[in-house]
Amino acid sequence: MFFAKKKFKLASMIACGILASALFTGCGGGEQASSGGGEKKAAAGDEIVIGANFELTGNHAQYGANANNGLKLAIKEVNDAGGVNGKKIKIVEADAKSEAAESVNAATKLISDDKVIALVGPAVTANVIAESQVATDNMIPVIGPAATNPDVTVENGQVKPYIFRACFIDPQQSEVMAQFAAKDLMAKTAVLYLDSSSDYSKSLGKIFKEKFEADGGKVVMEEAFLAKDQDFKAALTKIQTANADVIFVPAYYEEVGKIVKQARELGITSAILGTDGWDDSKVIDIAGKDALNNTYFCTHYFEGDEEVQGFINAYKGEYKTDPNVFAALGYDAGKMLINAIERGGEDSKKIRDSIETIKDLQVGTGKITMDAATHNPIKGIVVIETKDGVRSLRTKIAPEG
Amino acid sequence: MDFVHQLVQQLINGVSLGSIYALIALGYTMIYGIIKLINFAHGDVYMVGAYIGFAAVTIGHLPIWPALLISMAITAVLGMLVERIAYKPLRHAPRISLLITAIGVSFFLEYTSMYFVTPTPRTFPEVMPNISFNLGGFIINGQQLLILSITIILMAVLTYIVQKTKLGKAMRAASFDTETAQLMGVDSDKVISMTFCIGSALAAAAGVLVGVYYNTIDPLMGIMPGLKAFVAAVLGGIGILPGAVVGGIVLGVVEALVAGFLSSTFRDAAAFAILILVLLIKPSGLFGKNTNEKV
Repeated sequence: MFFAKKKFKLASMIACGILASALFTGCGGGEQASSGGGEKKAAAGDEIVIGANFELTGNHAQYGANANNGLKLAIKEVNDAGGVNGKKIKIVEADAKSEAAESVNAATKLISDDKVIALVGPAVTANVIAESQVATDNMIPVIGPAATNPDVTVENGQVKPYIFRACFIDPQQSEVMAQFAAKDLMAKTAVLYLDSSSDYSKSLGKIFKEKFEADGGKVVMEEAFLAKDQDFKAALTKIQTANADVIFVPAYYEEVGKIVKQARELGITSAILGTDGWDDSKVIDIAGKDALNNTYFCTHYFEGDEEVQGFINAYKGEYKTDPNVFAALGYDAGKMLINAIERGGEDSKKIRDSIETIKDLQVGTGKITMDAATHNPIKGIVVIETKDGVRSLRTKIAPEG
Repeated sequence: MDFVHQLVQQLINGVSLGSIYALIALGYTMIYGIIKLINFAHGDVYMVGAYIGFAAVTIGHLPIWPALLISMAITAVLGMLVERIAYKPLRHAPRISLLITAIGVSFFLEYTSMYFVTPTPRTFPEVMPNISFNLGGFIINGQQLLILSITIILMAVLTYIVQKTKLGKAMRAASFDTETAQLMGVDSDKVISMTFCIGSALAAAAGVLVGVYYNTIDPLMGIMPGLKAFVAAVLGGIGILPGAVVGGIVLGVVEALVAGFLSSTFRDAAAFAILILVLLIKPSGLFGKNTNEKV
């Protein structure tokens, strides 16, 4: 068929531009909007206003939306029970759009327009790191529910005074899984298969490698994919040639499900290991029951544990679906903030101090205590095994300290 | 596993991946062939098709084939609506306006869907037996063979429609010169509408099949395959139906070989490097004839 070349070229150039931008989303650096630290809070009236800055659209929307649901459930529960110090809590939502720069915009809007006294979210590490400057400048405490990267709460060796998290950190996860591979599974060789579009995945891979090799193992191959990929068979065929004892895939469940499914289709029988990104029952729907045999991942809680039943039932009652790990951590972050407001009142500075001193607080996934020196909660970690579509607790590592 | 074995397995992987690109690229290239619009919303129409198929299977409890047909029918109507509402008013506007509108339509479909179906991915129930054949150590997936056959059949049917039927003749005439075709009694609006109808039905077929094969669908599932299908269409010569199929398969094989023998990190870079090279060296694509520039 026939076309006018000139117009086609122009169109193609634009198309290339779009392709390029599509390739680079995900690693976009957050431009830090600096805003002068002026007003801090104006929580007048009979409501306490907090901000929920989550990825409601874009690539990470499924994580952000779930964490947001968890947070909303925690707040609804406390409001139904009469509120905090006699006042109801109101959540103002903003969309971080799965981009670091948008996360800054959303945080800025919540702080300066909506006058929130504290922020929860976003779900993904990079977006929490991006907003931390504007929150710190305005002295607004932030709890990142699921941001597991160490850099979230620490900058240049100094803990960021206003930034907290509700989860363990990546080195712990990698350490646990490396040790599990070397000691429990007696693995000598490992392959890393990482999501190169995610800092989460890359940092977990790096630490796993250090720990696994320190334990006497060897990482024999490293391969990568991108979030939203559908077909993994080419890289998996290559991974198969390495014939390693374990394959470490620290990534999110949507890709993980497909990777496990396609790996088993190709006849890869090695153990496949992962981290808390795996923790969603959808993995079983995507990969299929048989494919998930001989897979292990670590996460924040085990759904069969006595102490998490309260949260799971409440969540099911509210949303008619099983919670995933993001929902659980969003809920935990909400509980932590409620506790801090109970003790600190409505002053952002005092809330910050109260978050720092959280001790033995019962949240959805267990009891937590905040480590004031690192702003990481001290929490246990569990390793889950999946067999014939059923999850069971393999090991439980108690919190340190 | 020796080198030859790995090479053959990678070729199989590549052809099966490529057949998916080819299936999506067919609709892309057809719409471009007729109205010279790079329909960036095509990947999102594909997504909508997948969701309609999913709804037919899960809510309507239909078997996969009726679900596929229903999805194609509804999505075809959607495609015609999109054309009527978004593109038709711009029929005489510069091409760039159309392209930008297509990007707008793309976002509109993505985020409207996200509002209604939530961003959480859905998984298809098992509607088609998933059999893998092991031929002397090479793994071939039954569903992939099916996708490849459907792609080739659709390509043949479409080529027949475009080359041999009256509608096809009208399409080609409208493609050549819309106004002159109109003067000769071709109802260009209707022809363009039909083009979108067929193109969108193709996208829906691809969406349902891919959804079943990979087992997940989500509102942003169309972005990357849409872009890859675009590369496939350009590689084969945009506007040329067999070109889209060959382009898709070549692209899939290149990706598999790059991931298998160089590094999986370079896979997408290789795909888009192909696009840039084709545009620099032979913008008319593998199957395209170089045409003189009209001034």
